[in-house]
Amino acid sequence: MNRLWLTLISVLIALPSWANNDPAEVRLQGIAAELRCLVCQNESIAASRADLAVDLRQQIREQIQAGKTDSEIRTYMVERYGDFVLYRPPLKTTTVLLWFGPLLLLVFGLLILAITLKRRRSALADKVLSADDLERAQALLGQIKDPGKQP
Amino acid sequence: MIPEIGHFALILTLFVALAQGGITLAGAARGNATWIGFARPAARAQFSLVAISFVLLMWSFIVKDFSVSYVAVNSNSQLPWFYRMAAVWGGHEGSLLLWLLMQTGWAYAVSLFSRQLPDVMVARVLGVLGLVTAGFLLFVLLTSNPFERLVPAPMEGMDLNPLLQDVGLIFHPPLLYMGYVGFSVVFAFAIAALLAGQLDSAWARWSRPWATAAWLFLTLGIALGSWWAYYELGWGGWWFWDPVENSSFVPWLVGTALIHSLAVTEKRASFKNWTVLLAISTFALSLLGAFLVRSGVLTSVHAFATDPRRGVFLLMLFAVVVGSSLLLFAIRAPKVGLGGRFELFSRESLLLVNNVLLAVAAGAVLLGTLYPLFIDALGMGKISVGPPYFNLVFVPLMVPALLLIAVGPVANWKRAKLRDVLKQLNLPLFVAVVAGVGVPFLYGRWSALVALGIALAAWIATAVVMGIFKRMRATRSGLLAQPRSWMGMHIAHLGMAVFVVGVTLVMGYETEQDIRMAPGQTVTAAGYELTFRGVRSELGANYAAQVGDIVLSRDGRQLRLMHPEKRNYFFSEMPMTEVAIDANGLRHLYVALGEPLADGAWSVRVHYKPFIDWIWIGCILMALGGLLAISDRRYRLKRREKRTAVIAQEAKA
Repeated sequence: MNRLWLTLISVLIALPSWANNDPAEVRLQGIAAELRCLVCQNESIAASRADLAVDLRQQIREQIQAGKTDSEIRTYMVERYGDFVLYRPPLKTTTVLLWFGPLLLLVFGLLILAITLKRRRSALADKVLSADDLERAQALLGQIKDPGKQP
Repeated sequence: MIPEIGHFALILTLFVALAQGGITLAGAARGNATWIGFARPAARAQFSLVAISFVLLMWSFIVKDFSVSYVAVNSNSQLPWFYRMAAVWGGHEGSLLLWLLMQTGWAYAVSLFSRQLPDVMVARVLGVLGLVTAGFLLFVLLTSNPFERLVPAPMEGMDLNPLLQDVGLIFHPPLLYMGYVGFSVVFAFAIAALLAGQLDSAWARWSRPWATAAWLFLTLGIALGSWWAYYELGWGGWWFWDPVENSSFVPWLVGTALIHSLAVTEKRASFKNWTVLLAISTFALSLLGAFLVRSGVLTSVHAFATDPRRGVFLLMLFAVVVGSSLLLFAIRAPKVGLGGRFELFSRESLLLVNNVLLAVAAGAVLLGTLYPLFIDALGMGKISVGPPYFNLVFVPLMVPALLLIAVGPVANWKRAKLRDVLKQLNLPLFVAVVAGVGVPFLYGRWSALVALGIALAAWIATAVVMGIFKRMRATRSGLLAQPRSWMGMHIAHLGMAVFVVGVTLVMGYETEQDIRMAPGQTVTAAGYELTFRGVRSELGANYAAQVGDIVLSRDGRQLRLMHPEKRNYFFSEMPMTEVAIDANGLRHLYVALGEPLADGAWSVRVHYKPFIDWIWIGCILMALGGLLAISDRRYRLKRREKRTAVIAQEAKA
């Protein structure tokens, strides 16, 4: 299978690498992709073809040329349109749960998992098969002829 | 007259469904064989009745009966016939009728493919499905009747939303709904098992093919939706973390956890409670998804408030389904045994961790989707939660899950030895590191995320290929002789690796240019030259198009002509973009026309999308894996054996 990967890699070599031409345009894309087009259904300013989006892209372009930083441009947009324009919601009291919720869920999930596994071990360790159980198990084992048995 | 018959058939179905729910569940509880025997014919009757009503609605579309309000709103006399047929599920009311068709269809399938099951069990399953069907029928009949008449009838329809006039519409909703609704079968099995107090390996074995079937339809449905959005919306994105997408993705995540958990319950009789809970949640989340999409709550909380009937009804249905099943679960769960024992490091434990990760990921996506709605409803302002949030939260949760894909299949059930497992993962690790470091270098731009993604994909793919070779050598048999469910697992995992390659390379190395092009002008993208020749007008069946002519060439050698379009549909104000794509399996060149500018120039978008096809090929492989798993002879042998046993018994009697 190493050969398989070699093939893939040589295919990749055949593809030309190509960097985006203009760093300012790359910055523009980066900013615009995280701003919401306010008149569209649910599209970023980078994606939308609405007049507002075209206009805002132009404004961002001008501000980049004027030497403003990304965060200054974002602040400007928020001042004009509110937090709604940001696809990456700012960390505030109202969004604490949003930002830390997934982490809480994960900790909670792993905690439950650990507790369950621990409890299970002790519950199963206490259980010893009685003579009756053993006999029944033997009888059942005798009956089993599972044709599709899996390893 | 025809629409009224359709309407009447739906009303009849409601009574059959209610009767089925009541009679068969009561029969199963009392052990009354006659009542139990009602389950299968009732399922058949419901399916036939809904099919009649569905066909009649389609007929109204075909004959352009604009006196039916739904037909008038969603079609038009100039709409081609195949779109008129697909327009049946192009709007709210009709898509619910499609939902019902699938719901009763699944129930009918259960009645057909359940000969190996005890009749009492079948009765319980079909009874629960009958009640679910009744709930949806009430919803359709009370709030969303597709057969409502318009008086006076308009001369002409308003036309189908142009976004929907595409092959995507013909296949995407049916596949997606097959998935959503399919999980109701697994749900019904879980409820039936809870009712009977019989949660065991047999129950897991019965539910498994149904869960896998629903999952594979959902996978295909989501993938097709993604592909459709990619080429129809015209800006080159394949996943938007849009609430509508999320509401199908959350059930998929939980459903993926479910099919893994079912495997443990079948093989080792463990995690029974957890599996039941997942079966209930998957269906509940499908319902929640339907509520989110259908209530209008997503566009705005206020849109919901203006016509709350539909939303409130769905919310009530959701509350009843979830409330009653959780209550039943709470009563029965403590009596369920623990099942087979296993050590802390074993395949069971690894699958549990996978389940936790998938469930948390689903919870996180749900949180991000619902959060802005809650904030808005509570009057705390309007916020947007978009791709930056979801990528940041989702990707870290998926990295360990992807790592585990390679580990799980090489770990033993009950007790695995860390040293053995590590030994088997030596080669995957090596390949992962080499590929992870190598690929970004070959692309000429280092990116840690690309390295990580490629390494993960290589890790999974190598482990899959190794696993298959090892087993073939151990059993001394060919690829085709291996158990299909086992092959299915590996194919699906391989699909995941392919998917990860696609996502990683697209996100890492895609480029986009949004430029002004005058006739004769050339732009280069990824070593290709695209020369704009100009735009001409063309007339379609129900639209006028501006068709661009762009020559694609490389090193001066002309490769092909590309024709991106801009369409104006006669009966709708919205202009539509039809993109032109040149694909070769390893990359897309994606060209979309923007707006006309002065002097015959146009704004044009040119994207270079490396390996984007792999995203959907990966999904298809996953679905293919599911299909293989369902076709495993294990499920069929049981049936044949049982049938011969029954025949032998009858012969004796």
